Amino acid sequence: MSAAPRPSVACGTAPTAARTIIAERGQREVFCGLTGIVWLHRKIQDAFFLIVGSRTCAHLMQSAAGVMVFAEPRFGTAIMEEKDLAGLADANDELDRVVTQLLARLPDVKTLFLVGSCPSEVIKLDLARAAQRLQGERTDGVRILYYSGSGIETTFTQGEDACLAALVPELPASAPDAPPSLMIVGTLPDMVEDQFARMLAQMGIERVSFFPARNSRTLPEVGPNTRLLLAQPFLGETARLLEGRGATRLPAPFPFGADGTADWLRAAANAFGVPPATFETVIAAPRARARKALGGPRRQLEGKSIFFFPDSQLEPSLARFLHEELGMRLIEVASPYIHRDHLAEELARLPQSCRLVEGHDVDAQLDRARAAKPDIIVCGLGLANPLEAEGFTTKWSIELVFSPVHGFDQAADLAGLFARPLVRRDLLKV
Amino acid sequence: MQLTVWTYEGPPHVGAMRVATAMKGVHYVLHAPQGDTYADLLFTMIERRDHRPPVTYTTFQARDLGTDTASLLQGAIEGAYERFKPQAMLVGASCTAELIQDDPGGLARALKLPVPVIPLELPSYQKKENWGASETFYQLVRALADTSLKPPPLEGRRPRANLLGPTALGFRHRDDVTEITRLLDGLGVDVHVVAPLNATPADLATLPQADFNVVLYPETAETAARWLERNCRQPMIKTVPIGLGATRAFVAEVVALCGLDPALAADPPGSRMGWWSRSIDSNYLTGKRVFVFGDATHAMAMARVARDELGFEVVGMGCYNREFARDVRALAAEFGLEALISDDYLEVEAAIASVSPELVLGTQMERHIAKRLRLPCAVISAPVHVQDFPARYSPVMGFEGANVLFDTLVHPLVMGLEEHLLAMFRDDFEFNDAQGASHLGGHGASAAPEAVAPAIPAAAQIAAASTVDPSREAALGGAAGEPVLRLVWSSEAERELKKIPFFVRGKARRNTERYASDHGVSEISLETLYDAKAHFSS
Ligand code: SF4
Ligand code: SF4
Repeated sequence: MSAAPRPSVACGTAPTAARTIIAERGQREVFCGLTGIVWLHRKIQDAFFLIVGSRTCAHLMQSAAGVMVFAEPRFGTAIMEEKDLAGLADANDELDRVVTQLLARLPDVKTLFLVGSCPSEVIKLDLARAAQRLQGERTDGVRILYYSGSGIETTFTQGEDACLAALVPELPASAPDAPPSLMIVGTLPDMVEDQFARMLAQMGIERVSFFPARNSRTLPEVGPNTRLLLAQPFLGETARLLEGRGATRLPAPFPFGADGTADWLRAAANAFGVPPATFETVIAAPRARARKALGGPRRQLEGKSIFFFPDSQLEPSLARFLHEELGMRLIEVASPYIHRDHLAEELARLPQSCRLVEGHDVDAQLDRARAAKPDIIVCGLGLANPLEAEGFTTKWSIELVFSPVHGFDQAADLAGLFARPLVRRDLLKV
Repeated sequence: MQLTVWTYEGPPHVGAMRVATAMKGVHYVLHAPQGDTYADLLFTMIERRDHRPPVTYTTFQARDLGTDTASLLQGAIEGAYERFKPQAMLVGASCTAELIQDDPGGLARALKLPVPVIPLELPSYQKKENWGASETFYQLVRALADTSLKPPPLEGRRPRANLLGPTALGFRHRDDVTEITRLLDGLGVDVHVVAPLNATPADLATLPQADFNVVLYPETAETAARWLERNCRQPMIKTVPIGLGATRAFVAEVVALCGLDPALAADPPGSRMGWWSRSIDSNYLTGKRVFVFGDATHAMAMARVARDELGFEVVGMGCYNREFARDVRALAAEFGLEALISDDYLEVEAAIASVSPELVLGTQMERHIAKRLRLPCAVISAPVHVQDFPARYSPVMGFEGANVLFDTLVHPLVMGLEEHLLAMFRDDFEFNDAQGASHLGGHGASAAPEAVAPAIPAAAQIAAASTVDPSREAALGGAAGEPVLRLVWSSEAERELKKIPFFVRGKARRNTERYASDHGVSEISLETLYDAKAHFSS
């Protein structure tokens, strides 16, 4: 059971390359990659994320995280000041000082990420070198890595991609004769991970790892026998580097919704030679449960039209789910970036009638949304209240990234996120 | 380099946004990368503004660097003018664009737009939000105020004042403006222009036509008011009318300045703060130890209110904005204290912990600190969070503001008593420890995690065998006479439950148990948990 047979796409349509994607270049209205730290620091429980940036970066983190995680979080910003900009040597000394202090104060931290920002990149502060240097000076085994979360390089969820990509070279190599193993790539809530692990175990797929792991010391192995199943659609660079280490990506749609999750798991089952009957038995109950649970939100959402502003790169996958499983009408699906390969299965399942847009031009998008009068608009927090005030119903996209939405048992929760604003609008008499 | 987790102030361009967003007919083009657009949500979410801030960001990327960031900026300025047709524009750079030195002012001038374009130079690596707001307002006033205008002769008309300083995202600015406008009206004084809040560039042009300026918020307006004083001979009133004493002083100053009848200076009938504080019920407030921290203006005003109007003992005070450190130090010395001037919340937390106050008056940071230290707290200064923008009218200035302050400062203490009772009776079954004091729980993530856990009816608890941990057992239909069905959670299901975010965990537990008992299931397995979840979401 070594070679992975290409899984068939559930709905039977072959991925088509001939999908028109409209490119848009204008003002963006989206977070930078630093924001990924908000969920990454909760997942990787022994890591600290040190942004080397400006007061703006610190303020962004505070505003995006909310003061919700007030109790000393495992992230912080080394704010560069006038004197750091004057000479780069000073900036390096200053960085050493901050890092030494920080690690002395937080002995539980096993991995320190130096996270680059726009200012650190514009002044060409070489944080990759700094990470190497700092690593070399340490004897306590704390790993020091660098990635860029800057807004000039990364958009929102791309920050996670950059972080995981920085970890890839650290992964131990698996033995060349190791039996095939499955690596699920992308941050998932622990609960969701456990659900997937249970089902895969029931199918007889024993060697399963999750990347990132909950603990940065237990990095999964990678090698030619590793099969990758991406849990998030925004991991282009991470997947490329893992493939560079010999791993093979299993093409699949993403695990949103009952069908999406089934197809995603099927890609793994096929690759590991799980008998179809076993596969069906394992997923039967949870899939039936998911379908049943989707009945409620479906009553709210069926036939309703939806318009996505670009935000997290989850847009095409979510649109597929809302269209196929909840009967929503897709007007426009805009995404900051559309990975043609990783999203091939999803794009093939989107109706031709929906406008597929890559990139931003916020004012033009607002004009189109207003003209299209969708029943619900998915957008960032900066746009949601103003659109509500104009009479639109909105779903703020950040919740789609912060809540558990993958897998069978979260399918109805995911649908509920879209249904609730509509239900509320019907409910209110104010 | 300064290691920071939470900050009191954003970068200076956020201060500029507070001014631009407060005004009408102004548009701000900010040369900045995409991530900086987060600032919009401060206004649309925290303040619930129903319009986007009037800001266009250039959102340049790495690939634009060195090639055409300047033309990108110029295009953005031109495009914003075409789309929004403002009466005046602001152009400037955020921290990143400051480093690439594209000269927003020069590029904008080259476009020869038919409206005033005001370039902002806000050094991001030295200055912060309040300074940025002050500088922006000052530049606007300098550029737009028509210094050839004068107030008309005073004969036969009421005196008029400008109210300067209120911005977007300010602490209670909306209501303070209303309150002070009413107060002045009662004295026979008209408000000429309020700025920046709701002012247009055309309004700013007429500023010199008022007889005097009221500096409501020195953090934003003092620089501009001084310029008007110098260039238009407009006197300014600097007393900030927060608290009863300060409001009386403010009124007296206005009366004297305008030559009004001194009889007008008496407290209006709706002023209750003084009597509320003198009434014997307030005796227990005497000598309560209070720590005050915030922006300089609010911290100083609240310290005076605390000591002189409520009879508290101020045991610590300070501010985060260094620009006004001197004033705060002077007042603290008068109180026999040394002021804490810091924008490091860890230092503030340590200072609070070291004096163990009975009440903390501060910003949202101090609220979180107080929550952690389990101290009562009232928010009295920006930065504040969404719940500190109340729907109801609640100024902190003027006589009504003083009434509001009495309630605001005393309420957490009353609740503090409740907490004390809880501690005393925590072993009694009605007082489940997980409940916490009502004002400390209920809001936000750090509220007592299990506050939503099912209350266990006393009878069931008594019935429970002593070997069974009552929190692991639920009794359903426990009303008198009804049979009690015992539910057992499998350890696997129990573990799964712990993975559910705490704020919905209690509900998940209740629903699962209801589902189990409805379906006659006595042992809750993992499957039951998910079956129940599906059942309730369909
Ligand atoms: S866009 Fe750049 S400068 Fe702005 S917060 Fe992100 S990294 Fe910092
Ligand atoms: S807990 Fe309250 S103050 Fe803190 S972030 Fe949430 S809403 Fe804001």
